[in-house]
Amino acid sequence: MSKRIEVRDLNVYYGKFKAVEDVSLTIEPRSVTAFIGPSGCGKSTFIRTLNRMHEVIPGAYVEGEVLVDGDNLYGAGIDPVLVRRQVGMVFQRPNPFPTMSIADNVLAGVKLNNRRISKSDADDLVEKSLQGANLWNEVKDRLDRPGSSLSGGQQQRLCIARAIAVEPEVILMDEPCSALDPISTLAIEDLIEELKRDYTIVIVTHNMQQASRVSDKTAFFTIAGTGMPGTLIEYDDTSVIFSNPSVKATEDYVSGKFG
Amino acid sequence: MAIDSTPAPLRTSTPANIHDHGRLNRRTPWTILGLSLAAGFGVAAFLGSVGATDGLSLTLALALGTVLYVVMITLISRQIEGTRQATDRFVTAMVTIAFTVAIIPLISLLFTVVTRGAARFDIQFFSESMRNVVGEGGGAAHAIVGTLLMTGTAAIISIPIGLMTAIYLVEYGRGPLARAITFFVDVMTGIPSIVAGLFAFALFALVFGPGVRMGFAGSIALSVLMIPVVVRSCEEMLRIVPNELREAAYALGVPKWLTVLKVVLPTSIAGITTGIMIAIARVIGETAPLLIVAGFTASMNYDMFNDRMQSLPVFVFTSYANQGVDSQAFLDRAWAGALTLILIVMVLNLTARLIARLFAPTLGR
Repeated sequence: MSKRIEVRDLNVYYGKFKAVEDVSLTIEPRSVTAFIGPSGCGKSTFIRTLNRMHEVIPGAYVEGEVLVDGDNLYGAGIDPVLVRRQVGMVFQRPNPFPTMSIADNVLAGVKLNNRRISKSDADDLVEKSLQGANLWNEVKDRLDRPGSSLSGGQQQRLCIARAIAVEPEVILMDEPCSALDPISTLAIEDLIEELKRDYTIVIVTHNMQQASRVSDKTAFFTIAGTGMPGTLIEYDDTSVIFSNPSVKATEDYVSGKFG
Repeated sequence: MAIDSTPAPLRTSTPANIHDHGRLNRRTPWTILGLSLAAGFGVAAFLGSVGATDGLSLTLALALGTVLYVVMITLISRQIEGTRQATDRFVTAMVTIAFTVAIIPLISLLFTVVTRGAARFDIQFFSESMRNVVGEGGGAAHAIVGTLLMTGTAAIISIPIGLMTAIYLVEYGRGPLARAITFFVDVMTGIPSIVAGLFAFALFALVFGPGVRMGFAGSIALSVLMIPVVVRSCEEMLRIVPNELREAAYALGVPKWLTVLKVVLPTSIAGITTGIMIAIARVIGETAPLLIVAGFTASMNYDMFNDRMQSLPVFVFTSYANQGVDSQAFLDRAWAGALTLILIVMVLNLTARLIARLFAPTLGR
């Protein structure tokens, strides 16, 4: 169910502005890969290219290749909608659909696509996804309440349940814990640890402890200056990045000497 | 007015705390207002008695009293409370005056329409047309039916066009075409209603020959006025749907059109409904275009595509403009028609609020 992602010579643009330059890396299946780096260095921009969410912004485009198990996401004739069904995404701020109940939020991927699903299959899918997101026990008695009635941490896990309900190959998480308290963060981190068994996970984080706790490999991005494109500085096992990085800039950043 | 005795008792307490300073007693402004008005009436009565004005002028008394109050409250407050509080009292007084000036015509209008309209606000008014009525009796059933038919048809035409234009502008429109549409919608918002009427008249005269009158032409004229209002309000409502919700749907592999249909529209449905109701309320009172293209008649007409059709605003106008022998009966019917129109608009607005409350999504975080 999980797939290897290979990125080759990727340049990402917002109109004329080049936001990320020349990134090449390989993300292994069933692993957690963390992207770290200062604000504005292109981590979020880069992660959004992995499921073609980048191009929903007017004027944004990408040069280069992203291969998921050898298939180029940016090949001619590729439908971005189908790509996004394979590569799910969780956003920085929890964004459950306000018009839907908790159960409907989980089923959003099915229902919004007008696919028919029997009542019993739907119930099974809701339970399985919420179990998968460690939320089932907290909400099983109020599945018909609106999704916005949950706390921030619960909403974020609801969004994760919604993402895994469509059974993607890869889950991208763009700073999933930055709006959450430490307890909810811990719940999400435990969840990432479990999800790793089935999915390829890519996470953007500003929290270096979090990167070192949850990820197997870490990529460090930075920018040379304002208006310059972000670049991938170093990509290695998390333990190497945090203990013995080969580039001075990485060491400065992870040890807090940056800038 | 003896104000030199006021300052001392006005203090609520002697300052004990360094943050404490003089405050006017809560009742003092009201006392000043009462005294100012009394003085205003006094002066006005005096001017009336010496013959400078024609009797006691109520307007003069109120105006003098108000000006006196504003001056007094500012001066007294500056003495006791300091400059900042005095400015606050002054601006509060000015805002209250502005509000009162704005609300007085509204209340006066409602009061006049209700008192004069009540005379003929009876069952006969809602059940009979004006066919073969020359004096008393008769009613506006034909006008109410005409108004509902024409406005309803206008809504059926305008809502899909307006809503889809708004969706195009917000979700799809980029570049020159979208800018051109936005510009023309802005221009259309300012079209005088008579021009819309003439447009519909010219259009139908081209097809059916000159002198054509029909209810459907009235609907077209109303649509021309209604579409830009619907586009504008729907556009605003669609724009405030958070982009995060669209992205959430895209990330689940939902195509754009389904995202619009099943996420964006349900989230903004409350605002859209309110906007549409307000657009309907805006055109239901139009007189000029209907006078031209739908004409006026004394008879009931249910056929949108044939013959003249009466509407409530035109009914009010014709009753007033073409009074018969028993002119009071015509005037009474005109007022009752105006009252009915105001009530219809009020019901529409209340419905809009109710719908907005029922559909409003809980966006709490």
